[in-house]
Amino acid sequence: MSATAIIILAINAALINNVVLSQFLGICAFLGVSQKSDSAKGMGGAVTFVLTISSLVCGIIYKFVLIPTHLEYMKTIVFIVIVAALVQFVEMFLKKFIPSLYEALGIYLPLITTNCAVLGVALINVQKDYSILTGTIYGFATAIGYLIAIVLLSYIREKMVHNNVPKAFRGFPIVMITSALMSIAFFGFSALK
Amino acid sequence: MSGIIIAALIVGVVGFLVAIFLSVAGKAFFVPVDEKEVAITDALPGANCGGCGYSGCAACAAAIAKGEAAVNACVVGQQPVADEVAKIMGVTAEAGERKVAFVHCVGDCEKTHMDYEYYGPKKCSNVKMAPGNGPKSCSYGCIGLGECVEACEYDAIHIVNGVAKVDEEKCKDCKACMKVCPNGLITEVPYNYVSHIGCSNPEKGKPVMQNCKVGCITCQKCMRDCPVQAITMDKGYPVIDYAKCTNCGICKAGCPRNCIV
Repeated sequence: MSATAIIILAINAALINNVVLSQFLGICAFLGVSQKSDSAKGMGGAVTFVLTISSLVCGIIYKFVLIPTHLEYMKTIVFIVIVAALVQFVEMFLKKFIPSLYEALGIYLPLITTNCAVLGVALINVQKDYSILTGTIYGFATAIGYLIAIVLLSYIREKMVHNNVPKAFRGFPIVMITSALMSIAFFGFSALK
Repeated sequence: MSGIIIAALIVGVVGFLVAIFLSVAGKAFFVPVDEKEVAITDALPGANCGGCGYSGCAACAAAIAKGEAAVNACVVGQQPVADEVAKIMGVTAEAGERKVAFVHCVGDCEKTHMDYEYYGPKKCSNVKMAPGNGPKSCSYGCIGLGECVEACEYDAIHIVNGVAKVDEEKCKDCKACMKVCPNGLITEVPYNYVSHIGCSNPEKGKPVMQNCKVGCITCQKCMRDCPVQAITMDKGYPVIDYAKCTNCGICKAGCPRNCIV
């Protein structure tokens, strides 16, 4: 795989087909954890971490366990188990060896178990027939896209606190409108194709 | 049929291997946690309100377990929670003095007037940026748009006639209102005391008289009247030192401006 192909793949995953803003995966945490930029960065970091590792491990399991036994149709269930276990393992590992990172990620690490972006990427990798290496790069780039989107939204939400939002739109409605506008803005990246 | 069995078997084996892997990892990466800390975390309300000054209930529990915080550190849980935490820590809880929030302004709509019409966003922090700290005649008093009311989780603070007022019974002293007030008018005072200073205007005499019918004119009568010297005038308005205050109410009765309430 050439360097150009990797860069094209990464830009495609991070910006053009942004995981949240154009594929609509992982919306729950995107809306839930974007109130403060600090927590948004924590969540983005944790997702990057887990997504990269999970695309690698899911790729390996798919290639060396599911394909030889002709059980490709069981991939969803197996991937769910692997992602959940992986998050647990990463949590234990960090708690033991990098307590500072564990403290920083805090509650966001276990939350990723239920983040459909992680499972989504593992399934997309299979669907598009990516090799293990390509899949891992794709996973990492997708996570960077997620990080960009959630941090941008959190900055907007921090600014929005000072605005006079009509009463009916306060809280989640205005966040929905904001993320919809962001989604339209990101649509502009499709010109890069 | 055999396909189903093989599928179930393979997926089961994968799950089993993952389970073994996780339990081994759990043993290998085991980090000893203070048992007391876990028990205290369970005993605390779990609302993560931050009233204790720590980032959440877990952080507060860690501090209590280490002995850095008192067993009654949780202001929201009050006595029942303090008793339970004390039982875990093996000490008896001394009854903590209950504190409540108090708004140091009593200049309501009748006592003050508006200098001009204000049409901007109806939030205290926005009004604060307008000339003269907003349209109200007194630049130091309660703006009365209720940012503290929005901040209160316990429905304990309300705008009454243009000035915020704390319901002492409902107040849990979580300090949320104190953090949002742009004029810094809200502080904590002991529960059920008769005298609180209802003015935060540091100016003297005439400018206060013009702007508010109950503003403190810095006459220092309360300071001289106080039998235990609990009142100081350093800021241009009286401040009661509740450690010295005997709750006698002499200052309140003597105030010529009726701003001690």
